[in-house]
Amino acid sequence: MSDLIDELLSGKHRALARVITKIEDRRAGYRDLVSQIHQHTGNADVIGVTGSPGSGKSTLVDKMAATYRDRGLTVGVIAIDPSSPFTGGAVLGDRIRMGSNIGDMDVFFRSMSARGSLGGLSTATTDAVKALDAFGKDKVIIETVGAGQNEIDIVKTADTVMVLVPPGSGDDVQMLKAGILEIGDVFVVNKADLDGSSRTVQELREMLQYGDGDIPSTGGHHGAGSMDETEGLQLESEAEGWDPDIVETVAKRDEGVADVLDSLEEHATYLDESGEREQQSRTRYAEEIRTLVREDVNELLTAEINNQGGMEAYVDDVVARETDPYTVSDDLVGPLADCVRERREK
Amino acid sequence: MSADQEQQTIRCLVAKVGLDGHDRGAHVISRALRDAGFEVIYSGLHRAPEEIVQATVQEDVDVLGISILSGAHDTLIPEIIDGLKEYDAFSDTLILVGGIIPDDDEKELKEIGVSEVFGPGASMEQMVEFVRENAPDKE
Repeated sequence: MSDLIDELLSGKHRALARVITKIEDRRAGYRDLVSQIHQHTGNADVIGVTGSPGSGKSTLVDKMAATYRDRGLTVGVIAIDPSSPFTGGAVLGDRIRMGSNIGDMDVFFRSMSARGSLGGLSTATTDAVKALDAFGKDKVIIETVGAGQNEIDIVKTADTVMVLVPPGSGDDVQMLKAGILEIGDVFVVNKADLDGSSRTVQELREMLQYGDGDIPSTGGHHGAGSMDETEGLQLESEAEGWDPDIVETVAKRDEGVADVLDSLEEHATYLDESGEREQQSRTRYAEEIRTLVREDVNELLTAEINNQGGMEAYVDDVVARETDPYTVSDDLVGPLADCVRERREK
Repeated sequence: MSADQEQQTIRCLVAKVGLDGHDRGAHVISRALRDAGFEVIYSGLHRAPEEIVQATVQEDVDVLGISILSGAHDTLIPEIIDGLKEYDAFSDTLILVGGIIPDDDEKELKEIGVSEVFGPGASMEQMVEFVRENAPDKE
Protein backbone atom coordinates (compact mmCIF):
# COMPACT_ATOMS: atom_id res chain seq x y z
CA MET A 1 0.00 0.00 0.00
CA SER A 2 2.69 2.46 0.95
CA ASP A 3 4.46 1.61 -2.31
CA LEU A 4 1.86 3.77 -3.92
CA ILE A 5 2.67 6.62 -1.56
CA ASP A 6 6.39 6.19 -2.20
CA GLU A 7 5.73 6.44 -5.90
CA LEU A 8 3.56 9.49 -5.40
CA LEU A 9 6.20 11.22 -3.32
CA SER A 10 8.87 10.42 -5.88
CA GLY A 11 6.81 12.19 -8.51
CA LYS A 12 5.12 9.46 -10.47
CA HIS A 13 2.03 10.86 -12.15
CA ARG A 14 0.25 7.57 -12.39
CA ALA A 15 0.55 7.02 -8.65
CA LEU A 16 -0.89 10.44 -7.93
CA ALA A 17 -3.80 9.73 -10.27
CA ARG A 18 -4.43 6.37 -8.63
CA VAL A 19 -4.35 7.81 -5.12
CA ILE A 20 -6.96 10.38 -6.11
CA THR A 21 -9.11 7.61 -7.60
CA LYS A 22 -8.95 5.67 -4.37
CA ILE A 23 -9.87 8.78 -2.44
CA GLU A 24 -12.77 9.49 -4.74
CA ASP A 25 -14.04 5.92 -4.68
CA ARG A 26 -13.42 5.65 -0.96
CA ARG A 27 -11.76 2.36 -1.70
CA ALA A 28 -10.86 0.15 1.20
CA GLY A 29 -7.63 1.47 2.62
CA TYR A 30 -7.93 5.01 1.36
CA ARG A 31 -7.89 6.35 4.88
CA ASP A 32 -4.46 4.88 5.48
CA LEU A 33 -3.25 6.51 2.31
CA VAL A 34 -4.50 9.92 3.34
CA SER A 35 -3.02 9.44 6.82
CA GLN A 36 0.36 8.69 5.30
CA ILE A 37 0.16 11.69 3.01
CA HIS A 38 -0.71 14.15 5.74
CA GLN A 39 2.80 14.76 7.03
CA HIS A 40 3.95 15.73 3.57
CA THR A 41 1.33 18.43 3.13
CA GLY A 42 1.16 22.08 3.97
CA ASN A 43 3.31 23.54 1.24
CA ALA A 44 0.85 24.27 -1.53
CA ASP A 45 -1.16 27.42 -1.93
CA VAL A 46 -4.78 26.37 -2.37
CA ILE A 47 -7.03 28.58 -4.47
CA GLY A 48 -10.76 28.03 -4.81
CA VAL A 49 -12.43 29.30 -7.97
CA THR A 50 -16.17 29.55 -8.20
CA GLY A 51 -18.80 31.37 -10.21
CA SER A 52 -21.98 30.77 -12.13
CA PRO A 53 -22.02 28.36 -15.08
CA GLY A 54 -20.62 30.00 -18.18
CA SER A 55 -18.73 32.70 -16.31
CA GLY A 56 -15.49 31.41 -17.76
CA LYS A 57 -13.99 29.54 -14.84
CA SER A 58 -12.35 26.78 -16.84
CA THR A 59 -10.88 29.16 -19.40
CA LEU A 60 -9.47 31.40 -16.69
CA VAL A 61 -8.10 28.46 -14.74
CA ASP A 62 -6.38 27.24 -17.90
CA LYS A 63 -4.71 30.62 -18.42
CA MET A 64 -3.82 30.89 -14.76
CA ALA A 65 -2.14 27.50 -14.88
CA ALA A 66 -0.18 28.52 -17.98
CA THR A 67 0.90 31.78 -16.36
CA TYR A 68 2.01 30.00 -13.20
CA ARG A 69 4.03 27.64 -15.36
CA ASP A 70 5.69 30.65 -17.01
CA ARG A 71 6.65 31.79 -13.53
CA GLY A 72 8.26 28.42 -12.91
CA LEU A 73 5.61 27.01 -10.58
CA THR A 74 3.85 23.66 -10.78
CA VAL A 75 0.09 23.47 -10.72
CA GLY A 76 -2.60 21.00 -9.77
CA VAL A 77 -6.20 21.56 -10.76
CA ILE A 78 -9.30 19.83 -9.46
CA ALA A 79 -12.39 20.65 -11.49
CA ILE A 80 -15.72 19.61 -10.04
CA ASP A 81 -18.81 19.17 -12.18
CA PRO A 82 -22.28 18.09 -11.13
CA SER A 83 -23.48 14.54 -11.64
CA SER A 84 -26.92 13.33 -12.55
CA PRO A 85 -29.03 12.65 -9.47
CA PHE A 86 -30.83 9.94 -11.44
CA THR A 87 -28.13 7.76 -12.94
CA GLY A 88 -25.08 9.06 -11.09
CA GLY A 89 -23.48 9.58 -14.47
CA ALA A 90 -21.75 12.78 -15.44
CA VAL A 91 -20.12 14.50 -18.36
CA LEU A 92 -17.08 16.33 -17.09
CA GLY A 93 -16.31 19.01 -19.61
CA ASP A 94 -13.82 21.31 -17.91
CA ARG A 95 -10.91 19.61 -19.54
CA ILE A 96 -11.97 20.86 -22.96
CA ARG A 97 -10.82 24.35 -22.03
CA MET A 98 -7.40 23.24 -20.89
CA GLY A 99 -5.80 24.06 -24.21
CA SER A 100 -2.85 26.09 -22.93
CA ASN A 101 -1.12 23.26 -21.15
CA ILE A 102 -0.96 20.57 -23.80
CA GLY A 103 1.41 17.80 -22.95
CA ASP A 104 2.68 19.68 -19.89
CA MET A 105 2.56 17.04 -17.19
CA ASP A 106 3.48 19.59 -14.56
CA VAL A 107 -0.07 20.82 -14.80
CA PHE A 108 -2.00 18.00 -13.21
CA PHE A 109 -5.63 18.40 -14.14
CA ARG A 110 -8.25 16.18 -12.60
CA SER A 111 -12.00 16.20 -13.19
CA MET A 112 -14.22 15.12 -10.35
CA SER A 113 -17.94 14.65 -10.29
CA ALA A 114 -20.03 15.65 -7.34
CA ARG A 115 -21.15 12.04 -6.92
CA GLY A 116 -24.32 13.20 -5.23
CA SER A 117 -22.86 12.42 -1.84
CA LEU A 118 -23.92 14.07 1.36
CA GLY A 119 -21.04 16.31 2.23
CA GLY A 120 -18.74 13.62 0.92
CA LEU A 121 -17.57 15.89 -1.84
CA SER A 122 -15.82 18.22 0.54
CA THR A 123 -14.04 15.32 2.21
CA ALA A 124 -12.96 13.89 -1.13
CA THR A 125 -11.84 17.32 -2.33
CA THR A 126 -9.85 18.00 0.82
CA ASP A 127 -8.12 14.66 0.51
CA ALA A 128 -7.41 15.07 -3.20
CA VAL A 129 -5.88 18.48 -2.48
CA LYS A 130 -3.66 16.80 0.09
CA ALA A 131 -2.49 14.33 -2.54
CA LEU A 132 -1.57 17.15 -4.93
CA ASP A 133 0.09 19.05 -2.11
CA ALA A 134 2.17 16.05 -1.07
CA PHE A 135 3.11 15.43 -4.69
CA GLY A 136 4.77 18.84 -4.56
CA LYS A 137 2.49 21.13 -6.48
CA ASP A 138 3.13 24.79 -5.68
CA LYS A 139 -0.39 25.91 -6.50
CA VAL A 140 -3.55 23.88 -6.25
CA ILE A 141 -6.66 25.28 -7.90
CA ILE A 142 -10.10 23.91 -7.07
CA GLU A 143 -12.70 24.85 -9.60
CA THR A 144 -16.36 24.37 -8.85
CA VAL A 145 -19.64 25.51 -10.24
CA GLY A 146 -21.10 28.02 -7.84
CA ALA A 147 -24.27 26.85 -6.23
CA GLY A 148 -24.87 27.58 -2.58
CA GLN A 149 -23.46 24.94 -0.31
CA ASN A 150 -20.78 23.92 -2.77
CA GLU A 151 -19.21 27.33 -2.42
CA ILE A 152 -19.11 27.04 1.33
CA ASP A 153 -17.48 23.66 0.83
CA ILE A 154 -14.62 25.05 -1.20
CA VAL A 155 -14.09 27.79 1.33
CA LYS A 156 -13.21 25.06 3.73
CA THR A 157 -10.48 23.66 1.54
CA ALA A 158 -9.05 26.79 -0.08
CA ASP A 159 -6.72 29.41 1.37
CA THR A 160 -7.91 32.02 -1.07
CA VAL A 161 -11.32 32.12 -2.69
CA MET A 162 -11.83 33.69 -6.06
CA VAL A 163 -15.31 34.43 -7.34
CA LEU A 164 -16.02 34.98 -11.01
CA VAL A 165 -18.82 37.33 -11.91
CA PRO A 166 -19.88 37.69 -15.53
CA PRO A 167 -20.93 41.16 -16.63
CA GLY A 168 -24.62 41.93 -16.49
CA SER A 169 -25.31 39.09 -14.11
CA GLY A 170 -28.32 40.81 -12.66
CA ASP A 171 -28.92 43.52 -10.14
CA ASP A 172 -27.54 43.91 -6.64
CA VAL A 173 -30.09 41.60 -5.15
CA GLN A 174 -28.95 38.71 -7.33
CA MET A 175 -25.49 39.04 -5.91
CA LEU A 176 -26.77 39.14 -2.38
CA LYS A 177 -28.96 36.17 -3.01
CA ALA A 178 -26.15 34.06 -4.33
CA GLY A 179 -24.31 34.65 -1.06
CA ILE A 180 -21.06 35.08 -2.91
CA LEU A 181 -19.94 38.33 -1.37
CA GLU A 182 -19.00 36.81 1.94
CA ILE A 183 -16.79 34.09 0.60
CA GLY A 184 -14.73 35.90 -2.05
CA ASP A 185 -11.23 37.18 -1.33
CA VAL A 186 -10.73 38.17 -4.93
CA PHE A 187 -13.52 38.98 -7.36
CA VAL A 188 -12.96 38.64 -11.06
CA VAL A 189 -15.27 40.21 -13.59
CA ASN A 190 -14.48 38.01 -16.54
CA LYS A 191 -15.52 38.70 -20.13
CA ALA A 192 -14.76 42.33 -19.36
CA ASP A 193 -14.98 43.17 -23.04
CA LEU A 194 -18.74 42.71 -22.90
CA ASP A 195 -21.23 45.49 -22.29
CA GLY A 196 -22.11 46.14 -18.70
CA SER A 197 -18.73 45.13 -17.36
CA SER A 198 -17.91 48.42 -15.69
CA ARG A 199 -21.37 48.57 -14.21
CA THR A 200 -20.90 45.12 -12.73
CA VAL A 201 -17.58 46.21 -11.25
CA GLN A 202 -19.27 49.29 -9.81
CA GLU A 203 -22.10 47.26 -8.31
CA LEU A 204 -19.71 44.77 -6.84
CA ARG A 205 -17.67 47.51 -5.25
CA GLU A 206 -20.77 49.04 -3.69
CA MET A 207 -22.00 45.76 -2.37
CA LEU A 208 -18.62 44.98 -0.85
CA GLN A 209 -18.60 48.38 0.87
CA TYR A 210 -21.98 47.68 2.43
CA GLY A 211 -20.42 44.58 3.82
CA ASP A 212 -17.70 46.59 5.52
CA GLY A 213 -20.06 49.18 6.92
CA ASP A 214 -22.59 49.16 9.70
CA ILE A 215 -24.95 46.76 8.05
CA PRO A 216 -24.08 43.38 9.48
CA SER A 217 -22.61 41.02 6.99
CA THR A 218 -24.58 37.84 6.57
CA GLY A 219 -21.47 35.81 7.05
CA GLY A 220 -21.12 36.79 10.69
CA HIS A 221 -22.22 35.06 13.84
CA HIS A 222 -25.91 35.51 13.45
CA GLY A 223 -26.75 35.03 9.83
CA ALA A 224 -25.35 31.58 9.50
CA GLY A 225 -27.03 29.99 12.47
CA SER A 226 -28.38 27.20 10.34
CA MET A 227 -24.94 25.79 9.79
CA ASP A 228 -23.42 24.63 13.02
CA GLU A 229 -19.86 24.81 11.87
CA THR A 230 -19.85 28.24 10.28
CA GLU A 231 -18.65 29.90 13.45
CA GLY A 232 -15.16 28.86 12.57
CA LEU A 233 -15.02 30.07 9.03
CA GLN A 234 -13.43 33.37 9.94
CA LEU A 235 -15.56 35.22 7.46
CA GLU A 236 -15.95 38.13 9.77
CA SER A 237 -12.35 38.77 10.59
CA GLU A 238 -11.52 38.44 6.94
CA ALA A 239 -14.00 41.14 6.08
CA GLU A 240 -12.26 43.39 8.59
CA GLY A 241 -8.67 42.75 7.64
CA TRP A 242 -8.75 42.13 3.93
CA ASP A 243 -10.50 44.26 1.35
CA PRO A 244 -11.45 41.98 -1.49
CA ASP A 245 -9.89 42.96 -4.80
CA ILE A 246 -11.90 43.32 -7.97
CA VAL A 247 -10.05 42.44 -11.17
CA GLU A 248 -11.30 42.63 -14.74
CA THR A 249 -10.21 39.95 -17.18
CA VAL A 250 -10.78 38.65 -20.65
CA ALA A 251 -9.56 35.13 -19.99
CA LYS A 252 -9.96 34.01 -23.57
CA ARG A 253 -7.43 36.60 -24.75
CA ASP A 254 -5.22 36.23 -21.70
CA GLU A 255 -5.95 39.80 -20.58
CA GLY A 256 -5.75 40.57 -16.88
CA VAL A 257 -4.65 37.07 -15.93
CA ALA A 258 -1.35 38.31 -14.52
CA ASP A 259 -3.29 40.85 -12.44
CA VAL A 260 -5.40 38.05 -11.03
CA LEU A 261 -2.31 36.14 -9.99
CA ASP A 262 -0.80 39.25 -8.41
CA SER A 263 -3.98 39.80 -6.50
CA LEU A 264 -3.97 36.20 -5.28
CA GLU A 265 -0.35 36.63 -4.28
CA GLU A 266 -1.24 39.74 -2.29
CA HIS A 267 -3.90 37.81 -0.46
CA ALA A 268 -1.43 35.03 0.26
CA THR A 269 0.98 37.58 1.72
CA TYR A 270 -1.82 39.04 3.79
CA LEU A 271 -2.65 35.58 5.11
CA ASP A 272 0.94 35.07 6.18
CA GLU A 273 1.46 38.47 7.73
CA SER A 274 -1.79 38.69 9.61
CA GLY A 275 -1.46 35.20 11.00
CA GLU A 276 -4.71 34.46 9.29
CA ARG A 277 -3.27 31.48 7.46
CA GLU A 278 -2.48 29.65 10.64
CA GLN A 279 -5.86 30.46 12.09
CA GLN A 280 -7.52 29.37 8.86
CA SER A 281 -5.76 26.04 8.78
CA ARG A 282 -6.59 25.37 12.42
CA THR A 283 -10.23 26.07 11.70
CA ARG A 284 -10.06 23.82 8.70
CA TYR A 285 -8.55 20.91 10.54
CA ALA A 286 -11.13 21.30 13.28
CA GLU A 287 -13.85 21.20 10.67
CA GLU A 288 -12.26 18.19 9.02
CA ILE A 289 -12.15 16.30 12.28
CA ARG A 290 -15.77 17.18 12.98
CA THR A 291 -16.85 15.96 9.57
CA LEU A 292 -14.94 12.70 9.88
CA VAL A 293 -16.29 12.02 13.34
CA ARG A 294 -19.80 12.71 12.14
CA GLU A 295 -19.40 10.43 9.13
CA ASP A 296 -17.77 7.65 11.10
CA VAL A 297 -20.37 7.67 13.84
CA ASN A 298 -23.05 7.75 11.22
CA GLU A 299 -21.55 4.77 9.48
CA LEU A 300 -21.15 2.84 12.69
CA LEU A 301 -24.75 3.38 13.68
CA THR A 302 -26.08 2.73 10.22
CA ALA A 303 -24.45 -0.67 10.39
CA GLU A 304 -25.99 -1.14 13.81
CA ILE A 305 -29.44 -0.27 12.50
CA ASN A 306 -29.07 -2.96 9.86
CA ASN A 307 -27.83 -5.33 12.48
CA GLN A 308 -30.89 -4.71 14.63
CA GLY A 309 -33.22 -5.72 11.85
CA GLY A 310 -33.07 -2.74 9.57
CA MET A 311 -34.60 0.67 9.35
CA GLU A 312 -37.93 -0.69 8.14
CA ALA A 313 -38.54 -2.53 11.40
CA TYR A 314 -38.05 0.68 13.37
CA VAL A 315 -40.31 2.55 11.00
CA ASP A 316 -42.99 -0.12 11.43
CA ASP A 317 -42.90 0.34 15.19
CA VAL A 318 -43.06 4.10 14.89
CA VAL A 319 -45.96 3.92 12.45
CA ALA A 320 -47.79 1.53 14.76
CA ARG A 321 -47.30 4.10 17.56
CA GLU A 322 -45.44 1.54 19.61
CA THR A 323 -42.48 3.81 19.91
CA ASP A 324 -41.33 7.18 18.59
CA PRO A 325 -38.30 8.41 16.67
CA TYR A 326 -36.64 9.97 19.74
CA THR A 327 -36.82 6.75 21.69
CA VAL A 328 -35.42 4.83 18.76
CA SER A 329 -32.53 7.24 18.50
CA ASP A 330 -31.90 7.01 22.26
CA ASP A 331 -31.85 3.24 22.04
CA LEU A 332 -29.34 3.28 19.23
CA VAL A 333 -27.03 5.95 20.55
CA GLY A 334 -27.36 4.88 24.19
CA PRO A 335 -24.72 2.13 24.12
CA LEU A 336 -22.28 4.49 22.47
CA ALA A 337 -22.90 7.12 25.13
CA ASP A 338 -22.38 4.48 27.82
CA CYS A 339 -19.07 3.48 26.32
CA VAL A 340 -17.86 7.04 26.18
CA ARG A 341 -18.95 7.70 29.76
CA GLU A 342 -17.17 4.59 30.95
CA ARG A 343 -13.97 5.64 29.26
CA ARG A 344 -14.15 9.13 30.67
CA GLU A 345 -14.63 7.86 34.21
CA LYS A 346 -11.58 5.64 34.06
CA MET B 1 -26.77 4.31 3.28
CA SER B 2 -24.17 1.59 3.09
CA ALA B 3 -23.57 2.67 -0.49
CA ASP B 4 -22.02 5.69 1.17
CA GLN B 5 -18.91 3.76 2.00
CA GLU B 6 -17.57 2.90 -1.40
CA GLN B 7 -18.56 4.92 -4.40
CA GLN B 8 -16.92 3.30 -7.36
CA THR B 9 -17.89 4.61 -10.71
CA ILE B 10 -16.59 3.65 -14.12
CA ARG B 11 -14.71 6.61 -15.57
CA CYS B 12 -14.41 7.01 -19.33
CA LEU B 13 -12.50 9.39 -21.54
CA VAL B 14 -14.09 10.03 -24.92
CA ALA B 15 -11.33 11.31 -27.14
CA LYS B 16 -11.14 12.92 -30.55
CA VAL B 17 -7.68 12.92 -32.05
CA GLY B 18 -6.17 14.57 -35.04
CA LEU B 19 -7.74 16.57 -37.80
CA ASP B 20 -11.22 15.20 -37.60
CA GLY B 21 -14.11 17.50 -36.96
CA HIS B 22 -16.86 14.92 -36.78
CA ASP B 23 -17.92 14.96 -33.18
CA ARG B 24 -21.60 14.09 -33.34
CA GLY B 25 -20.80 10.47 -32.68
CA ALA B 26 -18.54 11.33 -29.76
CA HIS B 27 -21.29 13.49 -28.25
CA VAL B 28 -23.90 10.77 -28.60
CA ILE B 29 -21.54 8.22 -27.07
CA SER B 30 -20.68 10.54 -24.19
CA ARG B 31 -24.31 10.95 -23.44
CA ALA B 32 -25.07 7.24 -23.64
CA LEU B 33 -22.22 6.50 -21.25
CA ARG B 34 -23.41 9.19 -18.87
CA ASP B 35 -26.93 7.79 -18.93
CA ALA B 36 -25.49 4.39 -18.15
CA GLY B 37 -24.22 5.94 -14.91
CA PHE B 38 -20.58 6.39 -15.89
CA GLU B 39 -18.46 9.47 -15.49
CA VAL B 40 -17.46 10.76 -18.87
CA ILE B 41 -14.67 13.15 -19.65
CA TYR B 42 -14.86 14.54 -23.14
CA SER B 43 -11.60 15.70 -24.64
CA GLY B 44 -12.93 18.18 -27.17
CA LEU B 45 -11.94 18.27 -30.82
CA HIS B 46 -8.58 18.14 -32.59
CA ARG B 47 -6.51 16.75 -29.74
CA ALA B 48 -2.94 15.60 -30.15
CA PRO B 49 -2.06 12.05 -29.05
CA GLU B 50 0.03 13.41 -26.19
CA GLU B 51 -2.97 15.31 -24.86
CA ILE B 52 -5.00 12.14 -24.83
CA VAL B 53 -2.20 10.39 -22.99
CA GLN B 54 -1.99 13.22 -20.48
CA ALA B 55 -5.74 13.11 -19.89
CA THR B 56 -5.85 9.31 -19.57
CA VAL B 57 -3.03 9.27 -17.03
CA GLN B 58 -4.21 12.19 -14.92
CA GLU B 59 -7.88 11.33 -14.92
CA ASP B 60 -7.10 7.67 -14.21
CA VAL B 61 -9.94 6.55 -16.44
CA ASP B 62 -11.00 2.94 -16.72
CA VAL B 63 -11.98 3.26 -20.34
CA LEU B 64 -10.43 5.24 -23.18
CA GLY B 65 -12.74 5.51 -26.16
CA ILE B 66 -11.12 6.98 -29.24
CA SER B 67 -13.45 8.26 -31.92
CA ILE B 68 -11.77 8.58 -35.25
CA LEU B 69 -13.26 9.05 -38.68
CA SER B 70 -10.37 10.60 -40.53
CA GLY B 71 -8.61 7.40 -41.51
CA ALA B 72 -5.50 8.33 -39.55
CA HIS B 73 -6.02 5.63 -36.93
CA ASP B 74 -2.95 3.69 -38.03
CA THR B 75 -0.73 6.61 -37.10
CA LEU B 76 -2.47 8.18 -34.13
CA ILE B 77 -3.60 5.19 -32.10
CA PRO B 78 -0.14 3.56 -31.84
CA GLU B 79 1.19 6.91 -30.66
CA ILE B 80 -1.40 7.04 -27.91
CA ILE B 81 -0.68 3.47 -26.87
CA ASP B 82 3.06 4.11 -26.72
CA GLY B 83 2.42 7.15 -24.56
CA LEU B 84 0.23 5.18 -22.18
CA LYS B 85 2.95 2.57 -21.83
CA GLU B 86 5.47 5.27 -21.03
CA TYR B 87 3.35 6.36 -18.06
CA ASP B 88 2.41 2.86 -16.93
CA ALA B 89 -1.20 3.45 -17.85
CA PHE B 90 -1.57 0.91 -20.64
CA SER B 91 -2.20 -2.31 -18.79
CA ASP B 92 -5.17 -1.14 -16.75
CA THR B 93 -6.99 0.95 -19.32
CA LEU B 94 -9.63 -0.55 -21.58
CA ILE B 95 -9.05 0.92 -25.02
CA LEU B 96 -11.95 1.12 -27.46
CA VAL B 97 -12.08 2.62 -30.90
CA GLY B 98 -15.12 3.89 -32.72
CA GLY B 99 -15.35 5.01 -36.31
CA ILE B 100 -14.70 3.85 -39.82
CA ILE B 101 -11.99 1.23 -39.49
CA PRO B 102 -11.31 -1.28 -42.31
CA ASP B 103 -11.23 -4.94 -41.23
CA ASP B 104 -7.49 -5.38 -41.81
CA ASP B 105 -6.72 -2.32 -39.72
CA GLU B 106 -9.04 -3.55 -37.00
CA LYS B 107 -6.95 -6.68 -36.71
CA GLU B 108 -3.77 -4.62 -36.40
CA LEU B 109 -5.26 -2.32 -33.80
CA LYS B 110 -6.35 -5.26 -31.71
CA GLU B 111 -2.86 -6.68 -31.92
CA ILE B 112 -1.34 -3.55 -30.43
CA GLY B 113 -3.80 -3.41 -27.55
CA VAL B 114 -7.18 -2.09 -28.62
CA SER B 115 -9.86 -4.24 -26.98
CA GLU B 116 -12.72 -3.63 -29.34
CA VAL B 117 -13.63 -1.63 -32.40
CA PHE B 118 -17.18 -0.33 -32.81
CA GLY B 119 -18.04 0.47 -36.39
CA PRO B 120 -21.15 1.88 -38.03
CA GLY B 121 -24.26 0.04 -36.86
CA ALA B 122 -22.94 -0.84 -33.42
CA SER B 123 -25.57 -0.20 -30.79
CA MET B 124 -25.27 1.78 -27.59
CA GLU B 125 -26.42 -1.17 -25.51
CA GLN B 126 -23.71 -3.32 -27.03
CA MET B 127 -21.07 -0.79 -26.15
CA VAL B 128 -22.29 -0.07 -22.63
CA GLU B 129 -22.52 -3.80 -22.00
CA PHE B 130 -18.99 -4.30 -23.25
CA VAL B 131 -17.69 -1.57 -20.98
CA ARG B 132 -19.51 -2.99 -17.95
CA GLU B 133 -18.08 -6.44 -18.58
CA ASN B 134 -14.56 -5.45 -19.43
CA ALA B 135 -13.77 -2.34 -17.43
CA PRO B 136 -10.60 -3.14 -15.53
CA ASP B 137 -10.76 -3.55 -11.80
CA LYS B 138 -8.13 -1.34 -10.25
CA GLU B 139 -7.00 -3.37 -7.23
